[in-house]
Amino acid sequence: MSAPVRQESLSSAPGRRGVGSLYAGNARSVMLRGWEATRSTNWLVILSGLFEPVFYLLALGVGLGALVGRVTTTTGEQVSYAAFIAPALLAVAAMNGAVYDSTWNVFFKMRFARLYEGMLSTSLGPLDVATGEILLALARGALYAIGFLIVMQVLGLNLSWWALLALPAVLMIAFGFASVGMAVTSYMKTFQQMDWITFLMLPMFLFSATFYPLSVYPEWIQHVIQALPLWHGVEIVRALTTGAVDVGILWHGLYYAVMIVLGLVFTTRRLRVLFLD
Amino acid sequence: MPEPVIVARDLVKTYGELSAVDGISFEVAAGESFGLLGPNGAGKSTTMRMVGAVSTRTSGELSILGLDPDGSGPEIRSQLGVVPQADNLDTELRVRENLLVYGRYFGLPRRQVAARADELLAFAQLEDKGKAKVDALSGGMKRRLTIARALINDPRILLLDEPTTGLDPQARHVLWDRLFRLKEQGTTLLLTRHYMDEAEQLCDRLVVVDKGVIMAEGTPAELIRRYSTREVLEVRFGSDRNAAVAEQLHGIGERVEVLPDRILVYTDSGEADLVRITEAGLRPVTSLVRRSSLEDVFLRLTGRSLIE
Ligand SMILES: Nc1ncnc2c1ncn2[C@@H]1O[C@H](COP(=O)(O)OP(=O)(O)OP(=O)(O)O)[C@@H](O)[C@H]1O
Ligand SMILES: [Mg+2]
Repeated sequence: MSAPVRQESLSSAPGRRGVGSLYAGNARSVMLRGWEATRSTNWLVILSGLFEPVFYLLALGVGLGALVGRVTTTTGEQVSYAAFIAPALLAVAAMNGAVYDSTWNVFFKMRFARLYEGMLSTSLGPLDVATGEILLALARGALYAIGFLIVMQVLGLNLSWWALLALPAVLMIAFGFASVGMAVTSYMKTFQQMDWITFLMLPMFLFSATFYPLSVYPEWIQHVIQALPLWHGVEIVRALTTGAVDVGILWHGLYYAVMIVLGLVFTTRRLRVLFLD
Repeated sequence: MPEPVIVARDLVKTYGELSAVDGISFEVAAGESFGLLGPNGAGKSTTMRMVGAVSTRTSGELSILGLDPDGSGPEIRSQLGVVPQADNLDTELRVRENLLVYGRYFGLPRRQVAARADELLAFAQLEDKGKAKVDALSGGMKRRLTIARALINDPRILLLDEPTTGLDPQARHVLWDRLFRLKEQGTTLLLTRHYMDEAEQLCDRLVVVDKGVIMAEGTPAELIRRYSTREVLEVRFGSDRNAAVAEQLHGIGERVEVLPDRILVYTDSGEADLVRITEAGLRPVTSLVRRSSLEDVFLRLTGRSLIE
């Protein structure tokens, strides 16, 4: 009990007072914890997330695609049905992984396991916890994305070298959803409220130009869908894997940048209220 | 006296209308063990949370290791060990992993944490449970693990909120023994209790808190001398007769206190008073002479018993 392990590394705080009480620069340890926990408990959930989009792709893209034939993208390209829905499924996989990690997982840890209470009585600040959890969701998103991109490559659905950039794009999408998801979750008090998240996600998944072009809708519905985050994600990834890249992609990127920042700000603020009140 | 490591002055914490802590002042010197004694809802845990830099004070001054928790939360917490009233172990991790991961939250290097974790498992007598799941531990083992975890960063101050809750007498004994050792090594201890047993010997100084304010402060011996007599005679006449009998005890002892299940006679010689009571023709069902404790101090100060 005598080993002098006292650490002095944090004593450089005075310069960053405001942030100093929120962030100790150690989000890594929160990610590490998540990795340890996943290793021992959650393997099945991870695997199912990996296979789900592949099943959709095989059933709809390859199976149904044989009946549908070719589809025209927003930018006017003619592509096979499988190549049309594959990027959308990739974006959806990123969204689902990120949302699961940042909502249900976080909700449980916050309300029942009192995990964050424990974390926040160490030198970690709420921003460490928020960033760590979100980065962990991203790591999982990256795993899904790489797996799915490999499947796409094998099936010949990556039509351009731009497809390589789909990986960072998917991470950005996951980041956006994880960040907002965690912020929203931090306001949730009951399981019923949590169910609303699932309730909202399903239609977004089905209608965001995932399985057919947006042009089938009347104009006002198109506007509604264009306001939702998933549509922007689908557009980015589809542009990259089909190789029809234009400046518009930057706007979609901006949408996600705003999501990320707003999500982080609200999550940090909320964690502070909840655990450091 | 060495430099104080905790200084609280007029510390206040309100939740809406309620003042959970209503102007508490105290100082704790380095190496001292300091107790907060009080009944449920007195504001002990709230005070602990403010000292632990996880709750922001409403007003007053607070300095922990010379730092203000408002601006230096992480820096203060890096030097504290916290045992919360309710365990919040990481149930998704195994026992040893709990220590390893917690150490990493403090930014400590992996190798150092690993060595420390093994020492602490031995300290908490959990060596053979390292690979067990947390949920498979008994309540007492969980408590010991929580305490071991609080020591992973070799804290300068250890905050213990009701550390012996849920422990059987033997586990409690082991725990007090461990705390004594830490104290000997110079760790500052701040602990809360709602009843006082071995804590009486562990605390150098304590405050009695009720309804968010301090009722008295001193060493256990001082408090007992000031607020109680040397001995206490406990007599039981059966719950329906206690009140009636108490009427007839005037003039016996310095003070008589009637509780629902027994009568307490505060006196300097319990045996002599017991003789007087029996000579008066009153036959108690049971009788017991004991030394005054902090329990009696508390009863005197608040008119209420600590153990409900
Ligand atoms: N987060 C909170 N929000 C509202 N009220 C609170 C909160 N925390 C504590 N209180 C109130 O503050 C008062 C003091 O509570 P505290 O937990 O500090 O008491 P305590 O002395 O630790 O009691 P116990 O012995 O039961 O643990 C109580 O009336 C409690 O209801
Ligand atoms: Mg308490």
